[in-house]
Amino acid sequence: MAVATIAAAPTAIAGGTEADTRRYTAGATQIIMGLVMLLGFGLGTRTAHGASTTFGMTLVSKQGTHVPDWVFPARPVIVALAVAVVLLGAARLAVQLPRRWRLIGTSVVLFCFTFAFMAWSAADPKGGERLILPSVLDSMVIAAVPLVLGALGGVVSERSGVVNVAIEGQLLFGGFMTALVGTATHSLWIGVIAGVLAGALMGLLLAVLAIRYLIEQVVLGVVLNLLALGVTGFLFKSLMQTNQNSYNNLTPFTTVRIPGLASIWVIGPVAFDQPLIVYIAVFLVVLVHLGLFHTRWGLRTRAVGEHPAAADTVGVKVLRLRYRNVMLGGAFAGLGGAWLVGNVGNFTENMTNGKGFIALAAVIFGRWSPFGALAAAALFGFTDALASQTSSLQLPIPSDLLTTLPYVATLFAVAGLIGRVRAPAADGKPYIKG
Amino acid sequence: MRLELRGITKTFGSVAANSAIDLTVEPGEIHCLLGENGAGKSTLMNILYGLLTPDSGQIVVDGETREFTSPGDAIKAGIGMVHQHFMLVPVFTVAENLVLGNEESRGGPLGWLDRRKAKADVKEVSARYGLPVDPEALVEDLPVGVQQRVEIVKALMRDAEVLILDEPTAVLTPQETEELFTVMRGLKAAGKSVVFITHKLNEVRAIADRITVIRRGTVVGSAEPTASARELASLMVGRDVRLVVEKEPREPGEVALSVRDLKVTDDRGFLAVDDVSFDLHAGEVLGVAGVQGNGQTELVEALTGLRAATGSAELFGRQLVGASPRAVLRQGLGHVPEDRQHDGLVPDFSIAENLVLDQFDKKPFGGLLTLDLDAIAKNGADRLAEFDIRAESERTPAGALSGGNQQKVVVARALQRDPSLLIASQPTRGVDVGAMEFIHKRIIEQRDAGKPVLIVSTELDEITALSDRIAVMYRGKIVGIVPPDTSNEELGLLMAGGSGDEAEAAAETDAEAVAEPTSETDAEAAGEIEAPAEPAAETPAEASTEKSAEESAEAAARAPEREPADQSSESADE
Repeated sequence: MAVATIAAAPTAIAGGTEADTRRYTAGATQIIMGLVMLLGFGLGTRTAHGASTTFGMTLVSKQGTHVPDWVFPARPVIVALAVAVVLLGAARLAVQLPRRWRLIGTSVVLFCFTFAFMAWSAADPKGGERLILPSVLDSMVIAAVPLVLGALGGVVSERSGVVNVAIEGQLLFGGFMTALVGTATHSLWIGVIAGVLAGALMGLLLAVLAIRYLIEQVVLGVVLNLLALGVTGFLFKSLMQTNQNSYNNLTPFTTVRIPGLASIWVIGPVAFDQPLIVYIAVFLVVLVHLGLFHTRWGLRTRAVGEHPAAADTVGVKVLRLRYRNVMLGGAFAGLGGAWLVGNVGNFTENMTNGKGFIALAAVIFGRWSPFGALAAAALFGFTDALASQTSSLQLPIPSDLLTTLPYVATLFAVAGLIGRVRAPAADGKPYIKG
Repeated sequence: MRLELRGITKTFGSVAANSAIDLTVEPGEIHCLLGENGAGKSTLMNILYGLLTPDSGQIVVDGETREFTSPGDAIKAGIGMVHQHFMLVPVFTVAENLVLGNEESRGGPLGWLDRRKAKADVKEVSARYGLPVDPEALVEDLPVGVQQRVEIVKALMRDAEVLILDEPTAVLTPQETEELFTVMRGLKAAGKSVVFITHKLNEVRAIADRITVIRRGTVVGSAEPTASARELASLMVGRDVRLVVEKEPREPGEVALSVRDLKVTDDRGFLAVDDVSFDLHAGEVLGVAGVQGNGQTELVEALTGLRAATGSAELFGRQLVGASPRAVLRQGLGHVPEDRQHDGLVPDFSIAENLVLDQFDKKPFGGLLTLDLDAIAKNGADRLAEFDIRAESERTPAGALSGGNQQKVVVARALQRDPSLLIASQPTRGVDVGAMEFIHKRIIEQRDAGKPVLIVSTELDEITALSDRIAVMYRGKIVGIVPPDTSNEELGLLMAGGSGDEAEAAAETDAEAVAEPTSETDAEAAGEIEAPAEPAAETPAEASTEKSAEESAEAAARAPEREPADQSSESADE
């Protein structure tokens, strides 16, 4: 209809946009990263005098084929990577690339930066310092498991519209009950089940207070975390510390070696020789993904998290679904807590130490999707592992500063890779009928 | 399916939203529920749809008493509802929205979604009723008219026999409204009944088989679609409504607001107001007409200090361009913003507080550090009475009011300060006949008191009823300033970008396009509208408030045989 075109846009006069600002910021950041690599890593004293980098390639603690060390001259490699990063940054500044290429560019930059850091940290003129790559990866897996499970708990809960800040408390309480029940029954796996149920119970508490009593969900989550910390801390001191053998003494998980796959070069022992819960965690990620996007449960969950009134008007029981999902999320986090305990064999006070909050961050960075959460948790786990594995290498960086590495890296990753994220529209909003 | 409501009563606190309402919907009829904002229409329909439980009364379906405790029950009984605010998940595809709650799962306890079947089902139903929708489109990307179609398909997929449409035309353009009416007739032909909730008189008369009028929670009568607009209006409001704005011709005074070479850019950096110049005199109403999105919003924002601009706009010699909103308010601006929800009110604040938002820092309401709460409360109570704002008290949160009453609060705030300049954008958007009459009267009072008044409206009827001169905006320019007795055809052409041949050709094409699908009912309705009963008098009443201007332009440009009587100008009356 001719008349409909009347409202067409007036003539354009200006071009300066948000996209440009973003481009400049990203480009400049990448160039700065390149310069840090060049001056700090490549041309620093650590790489002087023809130092070479040694990466160990064999995980001694697990059986696997022996792979010889990887040795290469530190300075030329790092300088080359630094130059590449500066060039990529300049390219980013100069042209507006399509989204796909921006993502690839940022990923390459991050990879180069990380590799340069590792090469620098393991550089030594005498060849004595070494960084064992499979060790880094193995620590990554161990660190990532509670984050993945906690984040899955967050995803399931928040997709249905209840903000779950209480992941920390669910992890902690789950861990505590695993230790207590596991020791009492002399069975780690009964302990794990108890941990899962404990997490679900924490979820139920969150659900009742948030859904029925409409308490502000972020504040509620924080309070529940403090509650879990207080209760487990008290019981730990009054029960476990005085009588460790009867309340807090478990045989840790043993690894399950998958024949064949576990012999794959370098990554085999890391990926296919792990305790059962590691496989379960990955399986759950796939399961939740399929559930969310391919089943009736998922469709309803997402509808309830986006527009509960719409779901209600087509006969979906909004509150019931939210109760279920929050409890399910609590159960996932409880399993994460069980992992923390089962991995070392006992519970310690505040043993989660903020992991629940990192899991929450993984929910958001992962854009409320299971695979996103997995990737985010892996990223956190990796930087965490990197920080701990390099702490023995006598780097000219204070170790306290090194432990902030995961968070710094996250900030960069988020700024460069994710951009603006959108939460489920009804996340954190209680649904009141009528 | 025959649907009966018997003695439905529902009270909220001390207010009876519905008292002893009886309503019968016969199979295959279009039943209009007509009433003012807040009359209790939506409450009644929410009860019927299981969203609210009545205090007493019965719902009888085909002679059988039913009890609905949730929408699921209502759906099972064959009742479908299209809510005023769509109940669609914006990030879902059409198909996902349509199967939600009614999922075909490919067997098993896992409930695996069968998307292929979902798509096929959607296509089947949409083809059967002639309601084309793309099952794979994301709902948030669809225009509102299509979203509404999706809602209708949703109800039909659940085998609705009675379809409730809650103010469906409020968000539609005229073509979309016309399409909706066609759809409604099609449903009727398929034996379904439609309950059509509205407060727009012309629509009722165009489409209804039967009309039930509700006022203050009770059925006050029923009417035939042949009833005149005036009869319906007085039934709805409860008194005789003057459907025409009474105003004496008046000599304009000195130039009050002088705008020169004003240029304003919009949010995206496009030039939205392009070199606009005009004078507004004291004691004059200047109406700015135009299709929505042709720079009116930006023009008003520039004049009220809300948006940066270049050029000059002097109010009694004082520069408004570059002034802060507060500085402009200090000069005595009274502003009725276009979107009351977004810019006009703080929904959580009380009515009294909202009424002093633009002068809380001045006596008598406040000083340097404190507010005079008594003065604010008294002012609130006074305005409540003066503007007939229907609320429990001045302490009621503004967000709890119905749309029409919210609009009265906004208008009251602008007028109570005795403004040196009144700028009112869409002053009667979403407002029913009674309130509209009142607001129009108050605007004319301002003019008669010698104040300059700038009205921006996409409703041609409103513009022609109020204005002493009409400025038409098109693509950021004022393409003409014309007297109010200019015919709607001429205005429509101006709104479409001048008197070019193109526009005329377009008008002709449109006329044909519209004439064709017109069914018998339509023709009848059109005939009625043309009926000479009180052609001029109807106009302001029928300025169905939320039509976009596209509509008015369209209507104007459209067939001369249909709309002229309906939209004829007031000049004859003066």
